[in-house]
Amino acid sequence: MDVRDANAAMLSNYEVYHLLTDLKEKRKESGKKHSSGQQNLNTIMYETLKYLSKTACSRQSPEIVKDFLTTMQDHKLTKAEKLQLLNHRPQTAVEIQLMVEESEERLSEEQIEELIQKVTDILPGDPEQEGEEDMEASADQ
Amino acid sequence: MFVLVEMVDTVRIPPWNFQRQLNEAVTEELNKKLANKVVYNVGLCICLYDIIKLEDSYIFPGDGASHTKVHFRYVVFHPFLDEILVGKIKYCSQEGVHVSLGFFDDIIIPPESLQQPAKFDEAEQVWVWEYETDEGAHDLYMDQGEEIRFRVADEVFLDTSPTGPSKAAEAPAVPGAGAGAAAAAPEPEQKKEPPYTLIGSVSEPGLGLLSWWNN
Repeated sequence: MDVRDANAAMLSNYEVYHLLTDLKEKRKESGKKHSSGQQNLNTIMYETLKYLSKTACSRQSPEIVKDFLTTMQDHKLTKAEKLQLLNHRPQTAVEIQLMVEESEERLSEEQIEELIQKVTDILPGDPEQEGEEDMEASADQ
Repeated sequence: MFVLVEMVDTVRIPPWNFQRQLNEAVTEELNKKLANKVVYNVGLCICLYDIIKLEDSYIFPGDGASHTKVHFRYVVFHPFLDEILVGKIKYCSQEGVHVSLGFFDDIIIPPESLQQPAKFDEAEQVWVWEYETDEGAHDLYMDQGEEIRFRVADEVFLDTSPTGPSKAAEAPAVPGAGAGAAAAAPEPEQKKEPPYTLIGSVSEPGLGLLSWWNN
């Protein structure tokens, strides 16, 4: 076996999640002819889907990803930084500082706030978590 | 977290699968070979992404199966250096905190990369961050099952291919003599080294248990 390119492309968590859910559907439809050697594939698919379904990527769609990337164009972030923002959906300035290298030099405080705002607006969040926050907010009022 | 890796391999399709579409048979064979396996210096293979090219299939004398050279792309788990990941704490030991992602288990955060000052609580077998504020020291425990955010500091690939007979323990060719020497003979338990290990770090603000940083 020959590895031609060990880094042909980077994949976002959403793309892998989508690929695995499609594969699962196809395998369910075609019946259970192939259980013998496929245990490894089943295991890795199950575990990876379990992990990814609990992250932000499970609520994303191709349009959301496209929107997000177009909005991020003006901020001059590297591909790796945009990918991390897409995969993690940071909500605080501390998280942004972790994912964006040298953020104190490259981004001012308003820009960091702007980033958080854009991320929160474009990428859908966890409905349970946001339900709790709404309830707390209305309770305070 | 995931990358696409372009690879080329020769896939053997046994005759009883000849009635299937070549693409499907090739996909199944590749997944059987690579899914959930670590490829040296590449990463943990997840599943086939697509087939780029299928070359001509050949049948060789003595083997009824067809052999096809396939160019394909595979989804591989291979986080880049300094990437931020979120996992669950599996357990703590003297070597550090062991973290798992569900589909990938061999992640370790060594004691020097923990939030300092840190100490190991022997009784509860758990690492503790002694967080100091003006009000006094808080002990923040890194309990099992907690979600933890960490940065990938390093990766270690080990070649776990079989080493061959020369390394095996000397065969007991002289059973009678050296009765005392034979006492140590029961082979020491082979400690299985994982083929792919990630070394993490949580020594920055924002890293560590998610509950430490959520308001």
